[in-house]
Amino acid sequence: MGGIIELATRYRDEGADELVFYDISASPEGRTVDRNWVHRVAAVLDIPFCVAGGIRSVADAEAILNFGADKVSINTPALANPALIDELAQRFGSQCVVVGIDSHEQDGSYRVYQNTGDPQLTRESGRETSAWVREVQERGAGEIVLNCMNRDGVRDGYDIAQLQAMRQICNVPLIASGGAGTMEHFSAVFREAGVDGALAASVFHAGSIHIDELKAYLRTQGIEIRP
Amino acid sequence: MSRPPVVIIDSGGANLASLRFALQRLGREALVSTDHAVIRAAERLILPGVGAAAVAMERLAAAGLDRLIPTLTQPVLGICLGMQLLCEGSAEGDVSCLGVLPGRARRFVPASGRPVPHMGWNRLQTTAGQPLLDGLPENPWCYFVHSYALPPTTATVATCEYGERFAAAMHSGNFHAVQFHPERSGTTGTTILANFLNLC
Repeated sequence: MGGIIELATRYRDEGADELVFYDISASPEGRTVDRNWVHRVAAVLDIPFCVAGGIRSVADAEAILNFGADKVSINTPALANPALIDELAQRFGSQCVVVGIDSHEQDGSYRVYQNTGDPQLTRESGRETSAWVREVQERGAGEIVLNCMNRDGVRDGYDIAQLQAMRQICNVPLIASGGAGTMEHFSAVFREAGVDGALAASVFHAGSIHIDELKAYLRTQGIEIRP
Repeated sequence: MSRPPVVIIDSGGANLASLRFALQRLGREALVSTDHAVIRAAERLILPGVGAAAVAMERLAAAGLDRLIPTLTQPVLGICLGMQLLCEGSAEGDVSCLGVLPGRARRFVPASGRPVPHMGWNRLQTTAGQPLLDGLPENPWCYFVHSYALPPTTATVATCEYGERFAAAMHSGNFHAVQFHPERSGTTGTTILANFLNLC
Protein backbone atom coordinates (compact mmCIF):
# COMPACT_ATOMS: atom_id res chain seq x y z
CA MET A 1 0.00 0.00 0.00
CA GLY A 2 3.06 2.28 0.27
CA GLY A 3 2.59 2.72 -3.46
CA ILE A 4 -0.53 4.80 -2.85
CA ILE A 5 1.37 7.62 -1.17
CA GLU A 6 4.05 7.52 -3.84
CA LEU A 7 1.41 7.69 -6.56
CA ALA A 8 -0.48 10.51 -4.85
CA THR A 9 2.75 12.50 -4.48
CA ARG A 10 3.71 11.88 -8.10
CA TYR A 11 0.30 12.96 -9.42
CA ARG A 12 0.38 16.06 -7.23
CA ASP A 13 3.81 17.01 -8.57
CA GLU A 14 2.84 16.29 -12.18
CA GLY A 15 -0.06 18.76 -11.91
CA ALA A 16 -3.18 16.61 -11.38
CA ASP A 17 -6.18 18.88 -10.72
CA GLU A 18 -7.89 16.47 -8.36
CA LEU A 19 -7.23 13.06 -6.92
CA VAL A 20 -9.97 10.47 -6.46
CA PHE A 21 -9.27 7.56 -4.15
CA TYR A 22 -11.52 4.65 -5.08
CA ASP A 23 -11.75 1.60 -2.89
CA ILE A 24 -13.89 -0.26 -5.40
CA SER A 25 -14.07 -3.50 -3.46
CA ALA A 26 -15.43 -1.77 -0.33
CA SER A 27 -19.13 -1.98 -1.34
CA PRO A 28 -19.12 -5.59 -2.54
CA GLU A 29 -17.15 -6.56 0.59
CA GLY A 30 -19.62 -4.71 2.82
CA ARG A 31 -17.05 -2.37 4.37
CA THR A 32 -16.01 1.28 4.21
CA VAL A 33 -12.85 2.69 2.67
CA ASP A 34 -9.83 2.54 5.02
CA ARG A 35 -9.71 5.83 6.93
CA ASN A 36 -6.02 5.64 7.76
CA TRP A 37 -5.23 5.69 4.06
CA VAL A 38 -7.51 8.66 3.55
CA HIS A 39 -5.56 10.47 6.24
CA ARG A 40 -2.14 9.60 4.86
CA VAL A 41 -3.04 10.59 1.30
CA ALA A 42 -4.70 13.85 2.42
CA ALA A 43 -1.56 14.81 4.34
CA VAL A 44 0.56 14.96 1.16
CA LEU A 45 -2.01 16.56 -1.17
CA ASP A 46 -2.40 20.24 -2.00
CA ILE A 47 -5.18 19.62 -4.53
CA PRO A 48 -8.83 18.59 -4.06
CA PHE A 49 -9.23 15.06 -2.75
CA CYS A 50 -12.31 12.92 -3.31
CA VAL A 51 -12.83 9.56 -1.63
CA ALA A 52 -15.10 6.72 -2.68
CA GLY A 53 -15.83 3.28 -1.33
CA GLY A 54 -18.69 1.91 0.71
CA ILE A 55 -19.83 5.24 2.19
CA ARG A 56 -23.36 4.34 3.33
CA SER A 57 -24.32 6.99 5.87
CA VAL A 58 -23.83 10.60 6.96
CA ALA A 59 -21.60 9.28 9.76
CA ASP A 60 -19.41 7.37 7.27
CA ALA A 61 -19.05 10.51 5.16
CA GLU A 62 -18.33 12.72 8.16
CA ALA A 63 -15.51 10.43 9.27
CA ILE A 64 -13.97 10.46 5.79
CA LEU A 65 -14.21 14.26 5.60
CA ASN A 66 -12.67 14.62 9.06
CA PHE A 67 -9.78 12.44 7.95
CA GLY A 68 -8.96 14.93 5.22
CA ALA A 69 -11.16 14.30 2.18
CA ASP A 70 -12.79 17.33 0.53
CA LYS A 71 -15.57 15.38 -1.16
CA VAL A 72 -17.12 11.95 -0.93
CA SER A 73 -18.25 9.98 -3.94
CA ILE A 74 -21.06 7.46 -3.62
CA ASN A 75 -22.21 4.91 -6.15
CA THR A 76 -23.67 1.56 -5.03
CA PRO A 77 -24.93 2.95 -1.67
CA ALA A 78 -26.81 5.71 -3.53
CA LEU A 79 -28.56 3.10 -5.67
CA ALA A 80 -29.53 1.13 -2.58
CA ASN A 81 -30.69 4.25 -0.72
CA PRO A 82 -31.16 7.31 -2.97
CA ALA A 83 -32.17 9.48 0.02
CA LEU A 84 -28.53 9.25 1.15
CA ILE A 85 -27.72 11.85 -1.55
CA ASP A 86 -30.25 14.30 -0.03
CA GLU A 87 -28.96 13.68 3.48
CA LEU A 88 -25.31 14.21 2.51
CA ALA A 89 -26.11 17.36 0.52
CA GLN A 90 -28.11 18.83 3.40
CA ARG A 91 -25.44 18.05 5.95
CA PHE A 92 -22.27 18.93 4.01
CA GLY A 93 -23.46 20.93 0.99
CA SER A 94 -23.72 19.79 -2.62
CA GLN A 95 -20.08 20.67 -3.28
CA CYS A 96 -19.10 17.74 -1.07
CA VAL A 97 -21.31 15.16 -2.76
CA VAL A 98 -20.17 13.38 -5.90
CA VAL A 99 -22.28 10.59 -7.39
CA GLY A 100 -20.44 7.96 -9.40
CA ILE A 101 -22.48 6.17 -12.04
CA ASP A 102 -21.41 2.97 -13.75
CA SER A 103 -23.32 2.92 -17.00
CA HIS A 104 -23.41 0.10 -19.54
CA GLU A 105 -24.79 0.28 -23.05
CA GLN A 106 -27.00 -2.54 -24.22
CA ASP A 107 -28.92 -2.45 -27.49
CA GLY A 108 -28.71 1.31 -27.68
CA SER A 109 -29.94 2.02 -24.16
CA TYR A 110 -27.84 2.93 -21.16
CA ARG A 111 -28.37 1.10 -17.88
CA VAL A 112 -26.87 1.71 -14.42
CA TYR A 113 -24.90 -1.09 -12.74
CA GLN A 114 -24.06 -1.61 -9.09
CA ASN A 115 -21.36 -3.37 -7.07
CA THR A 116 -19.05 -3.06 -10.05
CA GLY A 117 -15.99 -3.58 -7.86
CA ASP A 118 -16.60 -7.34 -7.92
CA PRO A 119 -17.50 -9.10 -11.19
CA GLN A 120 -19.34 -11.82 -9.22
CA LEU A 121 -21.67 -9.30 -7.57
CA THR A 122 -22.02 -6.76 -10.39
CA ARG A 123 -25.59 -6.45 -11.51
CA GLU A 124 -27.92 -4.19 -13.38
CA SER A 125 -29.64 -1.84 -10.94
CA GLY A 126 -32.97 -1.58 -12.72
CA ARG A 127 -32.34 2.06 -13.57
CA GLU A 128 -31.91 3.80 -16.87
CA THR A 129 -28.84 6.07 -16.88
CA SER A 130 -30.43 9.36 -17.99
CA ALA A 131 -33.22 9.00 -15.41
CA TRP A 132 -30.63 8.41 -12.70
CA VAL A 133 -28.51 11.37 -13.86
CA ARG A 134 -31.61 13.57 -13.49
CA GLU A 135 -32.61 12.12 -10.14
CA VAL A 136 -29.22 12.46 -8.45
CA GLN A 137 -29.09 16.16 -9.44
CA GLU A 138 -32.58 16.74 -8.02
CA ARG A 139 -31.45 15.10 -4.81
CA GLY A 140 -28.46 17.42 -4.47
CA ALA A 141 -25.44 15.81 -6.12
CA GLY A 142 -22.84 18.50 -6.82
CA GLU A 143 -20.91 16.52 -9.41
CA ILE A 144 -21.35 13.37 -11.48
CA VAL A 145 -18.63 10.95 -12.53
CA LEU A 146 -19.96 8.91 -15.42
CA ASN A 147 -18.00 5.70 -15.87
CA CYS A 148 -18.84 4.19 -19.25
CA MET A 149 -18.37 0.48 -18.54
CA ASN A 150 -18.16 -0.61 -22.18
CA ARG A 151 -14.96 1.44 -22.41
CA ASP A 152 -13.58 0.83 -18.93
CA GLY A 153 -10.05 -0.55 -19.10
CA VAL A 154 -10.01 -0.96 -22.89
CA ARG A 155 -8.09 2.26 -23.60
CA ASP A 156 -9.74 2.96 -26.95
CA GLY A 157 -11.25 6.31 -26.05
CA TYR A 158 -13.97 7.79 -23.88
CA ASP A 159 -17.60 7.07 -24.83
CA ILE A 160 -18.19 10.41 -26.53
CA ALA A 161 -21.75 9.62 -27.66
CA GLN A 162 -22.93 8.65 -24.20
CA LEU A 163 -21.16 11.57 -22.53
CA GLN A 164 -22.68 14.00 -25.06
CA ALA A 165 -26.13 12.61 -24.31
CA MET A 166 -25.68 12.95 -20.54
CA ARG A 167 -24.09 16.40 -20.86
CA GLN A 168 -27.40 17.62 -22.29
CA ILE A 169 -29.19 16.82 -19.04
CA CYS A 170 -26.37 17.37 -16.56
CA ASN A 171 -26.26 20.85 -15.01
CA VAL A 172 -23.55 20.05 -12.47
CA PRO A 173 -19.90 19.31 -13.27
CA LEU A 174 -19.67 16.13 -15.36
CA ILE A 175 -16.51 14.04 -15.21
CA ALA A 176 -15.77 11.50 -17.95
CA SER A 177 -14.45 8.11 -16.89
CA GLY A 178 -13.55 4.95 -18.75
CA GLY A 179 -11.57 4.47 -21.94
CA ALA A 180 -8.59 6.82 -21.79
CA GLY A 181 -5.68 5.36 -23.72
CA THR A 182 -3.98 8.24 -25.52
CA MET A 183 -3.61 11.98 -25.07
CA GLU A 184 -5.88 12.49 -28.10
CA HIS A 185 -8.68 10.75 -26.18
CA PHE A 186 -8.53 13.48 -23.54
CA SER A 187 -8.66 16.35 -26.03
CA ALA A 188 -11.55 14.63 -27.84
CA VAL A 189 -13.66 14.24 -24.71
CA PHE A 190 -13.19 17.88 -23.69
CA ARG A 191 -13.87 19.22 -27.19
CA GLU A 192 -16.63 16.88 -28.32
CA ALA A 193 -18.48 16.02 -25.11
CA GLY A 194 -17.97 19.29 -23.23
CA VAL A 195 -17.15 17.55 -19.97
CA ASP A 196 -15.72 19.49 -17.04
CA GLY A 197 -13.06 16.93 -16.23
CA ALA A 198 -11.57 13.69 -17.46
CA LEU A 199 -10.71 10.91 -15.04
CA ALA A 200 -8.23 8.17 -15.78
CA ALA A 201 -6.41 5.57 -13.75
CA SER A 202 -4.54 2.84 -15.61
CA VAL A 203 -2.72 5.06 -18.13
CA PHE A 204 -1.42 7.19 -15.27
CA HIS A 205 -0.61 4.28 -12.95
CA ALA A 206 1.26 2.46 -15.72
CA GLY A 207 3.09 5.62 -16.68
CA SER A 208 2.05 5.44 -20.33
CA ILE A 209 0.75 9.02 -20.00
CA HIS A 210 2.34 11.60 -17.71
CA ILE A 211 -0.02 14.27 -16.44
CA ASP A 212 2.39 17.16 -17.05
CA GLU A 213 2.93 16.07 -20.66
CA LEU A 214 -0.80 15.53 -21.13
CA LYS A 215 -1.61 19.03 -19.88
CA ALA A 216 1.06 20.57 -22.11
CA TYR A 217 -0.48 18.69 -25.05
CA LEU A 218 -4.02 19.81 -24.17
CA ARG A 219 -2.86 23.43 -24.11
CA THR A 220 -1.47 23.03 -27.64
CA GLN A 221 -4.98 21.84 -28.57
CA GLY A 222 -6.50 25.09 -27.31
CA ILE A 223 -7.94 23.60 -24.13
CA GLU A 224 -7.52 25.98 -21.21
CA ILE A 225 -6.12 24.05 -18.32
CA ARG A 226 -4.05 24.68 -15.21
CA PRO A 227 -0.32 23.97 -15.87
CA MET B 1 12.85 27.83 18.65
CA SER B 2 9.60 26.66 17.14
CA ARG B 3 7.06 29.27 16.21
CA PRO B 4 3.72 29.42 18.04
CA PRO B 5 0.79 27.54 16.55
CA VAL B 6 -1.51 29.25 14.10
CA VAL B 7 -4.89 29.60 15.76
CA ILE B 8 -7.82 28.49 13.62
CA ILE B 9 -11.03 30.16 14.77
CA ASP B 10 -13.68 27.43 14.96
CA SER B 11 -16.72 28.70 13.08
CA GLY B 12 -18.21 25.19 13.18
CA GLY B 13 -19.04 22.74 10.46
CA ALA B 14 -15.78 23.31 8.66
CA ASN B 15 -13.61 20.48 7.49
CA LEU B 16 -10.28 21.58 8.92
CA ALA B 17 -8.08 18.57 8.14
CA SER B 18 -6.80 19.81 4.79
CA LEU B 19 -5.97 23.26 6.20
CA ARG B 20 -4.18 21.70 9.15
CA PHE B 21 -2.16 19.46 6.79
CA ALA B 22 -1.23 22.45 4.61
CA LEU B 23 0.07 24.36 7.65
CA GLN B 24 1.99 21.28 8.81
CA ARG B 25 3.67 21.04 5.40
CA LEU B 26 4.83 24.61 6.02
CA GLY B 27 6.19 23.61 9.42
CA ARG B 28 3.41 25.11 11.54
CA GLU B 29 1.00 23.43 13.89
CA ALA B 30 -2.59 24.62 14.17
CA LEU B 31 -4.70 25.08 17.25
CA VAL B 32 -8.47 25.15 16.75
CA SER B 33 -10.18 27.35 19.29
CA THR B 34 -13.11 29.57 20.25
CA ASP B 35 -11.42 30.67 23.49
CA HIS B 36 -11.11 34.46 23.75
CA ALA B 37 -7.80 34.40 25.63
CA VAL B 38 -6.24 31.98 23.12
CA ILE B 39 -7.51 34.02 20.17
CA ARG B 40 -6.36 37.34 21.63
CA ALA B 41 -2.89 35.96 22.37
CA ALA B 42 -2.42 34.29 18.96
CA GLU B 43 0.43 35.41 16.74
CA ARG B 44 -1.85 35.04 13.72
CA LEU B 45 -5.25 33.55 13.04
CA ILE B 46 -7.23 31.86 10.28
CA LEU B 47 -11.03 32.06 9.99
CA PRO B 48 -12.12 29.20 7.72
CA GLY B 49 -15.67 28.24 6.98
CA VAL B 50 -17.74 25.82 5.00
CA GLY B 51 -21.52 25.92 5.03
CA ALA B 52 -24.06 28.69 5.39
CA ALA B 53 -23.22 32.27 6.48
CA ALA B 54 -26.15 32.67 8.88
CA VAL B 55 -25.34 29.42 10.69
CA ALA B 56 -21.66 30.33 11.00
CA MET B 57 -22.49 33.85 12.30
CA GLU B 58 -24.84 32.34 14.89
CA ARG B 59 -22.03 30.08 16.08
CA LEU B 60 -19.57 32.97 16.26
CA ALA B 61 -22.11 35.08 18.16
CA ALA B 62 -22.86 32.26 20.59
CA ALA B 63 -19.16 32.26 21.52
CA GLY B 64 -18.98 36.08 21.65
CA LEU B 65 -16.57 36.02 18.71
CA ASP B 66 -18.65 38.43 16.62
CA ARG B 67 -17.50 41.16 19.03
CA LEU B 68 -13.95 39.88 19.56
CA ILE B 69 -12.82 39.30 15.94
CA PRO B 70 -13.22 42.94 14.75
CA THR B 71 -10.97 44.09 17.62
CA LEU B 72 -8.04 41.82 16.69
CA THR B 73 -4.82 43.52 15.59
CA GLN B 74 -2.65 40.55 14.52
CA PRO B 75 -2.78 39.12 10.96
CA VAL B 76 -6.10 37.34 10.28
CA LEU B 77 -6.84 35.31 7.13
CA GLY B 78 -10.42 34.50 6.16
CA ILE B 79 -10.82 31.55 3.78
CA CYS B 80 -13.90 30.88 1.59
CA LEU B 81 -16.96 31.45 3.80
CA GLY B 82 -14.49 32.95 6.30
CA MET B 83 -13.87 35.78 3.82
CA GLN B 84 -17.60 36.43 3.53
CA LEU B 85 -17.92 36.41 7.33
CA LEU B 86 -15.28 39.17 7.56
CA CYS B 87 -17.37 41.37 5.23
CA GLU B 88 -20.44 43.46 5.97
CA GLY B 89 -23.04 40.85 5.30
CA SER B 90 -24.40 38.05 3.16
CA ALA B 91 -27.59 37.48 1.23
CA GLU B 92 -27.31 33.88 2.45
CA GLY B 93 -29.79 34.03 5.30
CA ASP B 94 -29.80 37.85 4.95
CA VAL B 95 -27.30 38.14 7.76
CA SER B 96 -25.00 40.89 9.02
CA CYS B 97 -21.39 39.74 9.28
CA LEU B 98 -18.26 41.06 11.00
CA GLY B 99 -17.86 44.19 8.91
CA VAL B 100 -14.07 44.49 8.86
CA LEU B 101 -13.97 44.20 5.05
CA PRO B 102 -16.37 45.99 2.68
CA GLY B 103 -19.14 44.39 0.66
CA ARG B 104 -22.04 42.00 0.95
CA ALA B 105 -21.99 38.48 -0.50
CA ARG B 106 -24.66 37.62 -3.05
CA ARG B 107 -25.59 34.40 -4.76
CA PHE B 108 -24.30 33.51 -8.20
CA VAL B 109 -26.99 33.34 -10.85
CA PRO B 110 -26.78 29.89 -12.43
CA ALA B 111 -26.72 29.64 -16.21
CA SER B 112 -26.30 26.94 -18.80
CA GLY B 113 -22.69 25.75 -18.62
CA ARG B 114 -22.22 27.70 -15.40
CA PRO B 115 -23.56 25.64 -12.53
CA VAL B 116 -23.82 26.87 -8.95
CA PRO B 117 -21.93 26.09 -6.73
CA HIS B 118 -18.94 27.40 -8.64
CA MET B 119 -16.53 24.55 -8.16
CA GLY B 120 -13.20 24.21 -9.87
CA TRP B 121 -9.93 25.79 -10.94
CA ASN B 122 -10.04 29.38 -12.16
CA ARG B 123 -7.49 32.09 -12.84
CA LEU B 124 -6.98 35.21 -10.74
CA GLN B 125 -6.27 38.75 -11.82
CA THR B 126 -4.06 40.10 -9.09
CA THR B 127 -3.05 43.58 -7.94
CA ALA B 128 0.70 44.17 -7.78
CA GLY B 129 2.49 44.92 -4.53
CA GLN B 130 0.36 42.78 -2.24
CA PRO B 131 2.45 40.87 0.33
CA LEU B 132 -0.13 38.04 0.49
CA LEU B 133 0.14 37.49 -3.28
CA ASP B 134 3.91 37.86 -3.52
CA GLY B 135 5.82 35.42 -5.75
CA LEU B 136 2.84 34.06 -7.69
CA PRO B 137 2.87 33.32 -11.42
CA GLU B 138 0.88 35.62 -13.69
CA ASN B 139 -2.86 34.94 -13.50
CA PRO B 140 -2.40 32.04 -11.11
CA TRP B 141 -4.89 29.16 -10.94
CA CYS B 142 -6.79 28.60 -7.69
CA TYR B 143 -9.44 26.15 -6.56
CA PHE B 144 -12.88 27.56 -5.73
CA VAL B 145 -15.95 26.03 -4.10
CA HIS B 146 -18.73 28.54 -3.39
CA SER B 147 -22.27 29.64 -4.25
CA TYR B 148 -22.02 33.22 -2.91
CA ALA B 149 -19.46 35.85 -3.87
CA LEU B 150 -18.50 39.44 -3.06
CA PRO B 151 -18.46 42.21 -5.65
CA PRO B 152 -15.05 43.84 -6.19
CA THR B 153 -14.44 46.83 -3.88
CA THR B 154 -11.53 49.10 -2.93
CA ALA B 155 -10.29 46.35 -0.57
CA THR B 156 -10.16 43.77 -3.37
CA VAL B 157 -6.62 42.67 -4.30
CA ALA B 158 -7.49 39.84 -6.71
CA THR B 159 -10.55 39.10 -8.80
CA CYS B 160 -11.90 36.10 -10.69
CA GLU B 161 -14.56 35.74 -13.37
CA TYR B 162 -17.52 33.37 -13.17
CA GLY B 163 -20.35 34.87 -15.17
CA GLU B 164 -19.51 38.06 -13.33
CA ARG B 165 -16.29 39.43 -11.86
CA PHE B 166 -16.02 38.87 -8.13
CA ALA B 167 -13.55 39.43 -5.31
CA ALA B 168 -11.10 36.52 -5.03
CA ALA B 169 -8.83 38.13 -2.42
CA MET B 170 -9.21 41.13 -0.12
CA HIS B 171 -7.06 43.12 2.26
CA SER B 172 -7.65 45.89 4.75
CA GLY B 173 -5.27 46.57 7.63
CA ASN B 174 -4.52 43.32 9.45
CA PHE B 175 -7.43 41.50 7.80
CA HIS B 176 -6.76 39.39 4.72
CA ALA B 177 -9.16 37.08 2.93
CA VAL B 178 -9.37 34.70 0.00
CA GLN B 179 -12.50 33.25 -1.60
CA PHE B 180 -10.65 30.21 -2.95
CA HIS B 181 -9.07 27.39 -0.94
CA PRO B 182 -5.32 28.01 -0.68
CA GLU B 183 -4.92 24.64 1.06
CA ARG B 184 -6.21 22.99 -2.14
CA SER B 185 -4.73 25.31 -4.74
CA GLY B 186 -1.44 23.56 -5.44
CA THR B 187 1.82 25.51 -5.25
CA THR B 188 -0.02 28.82 -5.72
CA GLY B 189 -2.03 28.17 -2.57
CA THR B 190 1.06 27.03 -0.69
CA THR B 191 2.83 30.28 -1.62
CA ILE B 192 -0.15 32.33 -0.38
CA LEU B 193 -0.26 30.47 2.94
CA ALA B 194 3.51 30.84 3.32
CA ASN B 195 3.17 34.59 2.61
CA PHE B 196 0.47 34.83 5.28
CA LEU B 197 2.70 33.05 7.79
CA ASN B 198 5.43 35.63 7.11
CA LEU B 199 3.26 38.75 7.41
CA CYS B 200 4.20 41.04 10.25
